[in-house]
Amino acid sequence: MNKEALKNLLYRMADDSLIIAHRNSEWTGLGPILEEDIAFSSIAQDKLGHALALYSLLHELGEADPDIIAFTRNEKQFFCAQLVEYPIGEYDFSLVRHFLFDTAEKIRYELLQQSSYEPLAKLAKKVSSEIKYHTFHAETWIKQLGSNGNEESKARIQSALNDVYPIAFSLFEKTSFEDAIVADGIFVGEETLQLRWVERVTSIVTASGLTLPSADYSVHYGGRNHYHTEYLQPLLDEMTVVFQIDPSAEW
Amino acid sequence: MYGNISIVDQAIGKKNAQEDPEKLAAFQAKIDRGEKIEPHDWMPADYRRQLIRMIEQHAHSEIIGALPEGTWITRAPGFKRKMALMAKVQDEVGHAQLLYNAAETLGKPREEMINDLLTGKSKYSNVFNYPAKTWADTAVIAWLIDAAAIINQVTNSKGSYAPYCRALERICQEESFHLKYGYDNVVTLATGTPTQRAMVQEALNRWWRPIMHFFGPPDIASVHSEILTRWKVKMASNDDMRQQFFNQYVPKIWELGLTVPDPELRKDEVTGKWSYGDPDWDEFKRVINGDGPCNKERLAVRRMAEINGEWVRNALKKPTAKYTVPLS
Repeated sequence: MNKEALKNLLYRMADDSLIIAHRNSEWTGLGPILEEDIAFSSIAQDKLGHALALYSLLHELGEADPDIIAFTRNEKQFFCAQLVEYPIGEYDFSLVRHFLFDTAEKIRYELLQQSSYEPLAKLAKKVSSEIKYHTFHAETWIKQLGSNGNEESKARIQSALNDVYPIAFSLFEKTSFEDAIVADGIFVGEETLQLRWVERVTSIVTASGLTLPSADYSVHYGGRNHYHTEYLQPLLDEMTVVFQIDPSAEW
Repeated sequence: MYGNISIVDQAIGKKNAQEDPEKLAAFQAKIDRGEKIEPHDWMPADYRRQLIRMIEQHAHSEIIGALPEGTWITRAPGFKRKMALMAKVQDEVGHAQLLYNAAETLGKPREEMINDLLTGKSKYSNVFNYPAKTWADTAVIAWLIDAAAIINQVTNSKGSYAPYCRALERICQEESFHLKYGYDNVVTLATGTPTQRAMVQEALNRWWRPIMHFFGPPDIASVHSEILTRWKVKMASNDDMRQQFFNQYVPKIWELGLTVPDPELRKDEVTGKWSYGDPDWDEFKRVINGDGPCNKERLAVRRMAEINGEWVRNALKKPTAKYTVPLS
């Protein structure tokens, strides 16, 4: 098995989880209703757990300790998609991002249950059992604020979809390891994932009385190859500010 | 997290004269027998009013209390701390939800309570009007403010209003985890590098006075406090709770080699009572009345969250639905 290809995939997934966890946690105390505050925090905790599990797999493959990987790299060393980097914006933006991101995560982890890398296949089973609640939550709210909502909520969700849907394709950007990943059976590949994602997203969006904009897939590419939005480095600066006081200390 | 809020309705008891004496006597007898009052039981208007006031202030304290610690979630050092702090602050918001439900059983809708918070009509615990300046502040808050809250809440969970007691029992279980997390965090800093140690000592110095204020000023005997005690709404004096806090936590602070910024703090070995320096009760009053370091900021953040989320709440409203009191 191509170890570098495997690590590349794990880094992409782990960094996505870490950064979206960080973003979702920013809703703590600020949600539109208390119940949503709590839900976003729960989801953030799960994502942080996924990130830790993935960094632990990397650690087993010879990479540094999870805390060191997560809290000492700069943006040029990150593999996350640009989708997860954007600030939380208003609730419509965060909800639509959560819906698009978690739909992709759900399919990715379902597919990864067949991975030739046993520890990843095992982790994928565990994570899948959590992510189904994340997509259930997202889909319920998209419907609630779409076809079951009022004029304003529907317009807001539609507008957020128009903005976020094109950015979401950043999740499926390939790296130079793609062929090796597919050839070694580590993962079926970003193309398959994207096809299934478009299908699933289209069905939920249509059922919610909303439409999808046309999107140029590649505009928001870059993250997987270390080209990030201007939002990532400030996020990392904030995330590591205490840890960096003394990275060798126990916190 | 919560502290005794010392602004009690001075009019308590005045309306008792208008209550049906037989019902009032039966109500008192029930409480004296150690039974709890459920939402649909008869209760004096003053009892209802005081409880709404108390429970909603407690609920507000939980959501406002999520703010000073919440801002450190994005800065928590390492996976373990980030995860624990997220879960802790989430718990606090969950407590607000439980408590608003408990208060709603008395007839005041959540929306109205939140409006009263935003207009300043309803208060929240004073302690959250102080800033959490460093990571060590969150450690001190999670340990000592939560410890103080547990003392207060365990006491109140023995009160007479059943839905509030049930909420408090569950809250206290969660708070005891917070306290363990906070203590572990303080121990890590206090036994860490010189920088970490200095951080935690400075944080303790900053938080000591708000902690002293947390239990409220020494009680003054009055008619209303006598009635509230008889009704098992007020379960212990502010000073008794403060003494309990000293007993349980000052030795632990000293054990860690940390100091308390009060030269007058000492235990009288004969009486077992602690004496302490005046924590400036004028400051306490000033802060309660809106003139604290973070009052404006806290309410502004809460207001922003309410305004930004209004469209979501509107979209959930069903014109045909009737208001129902939650189960609690």
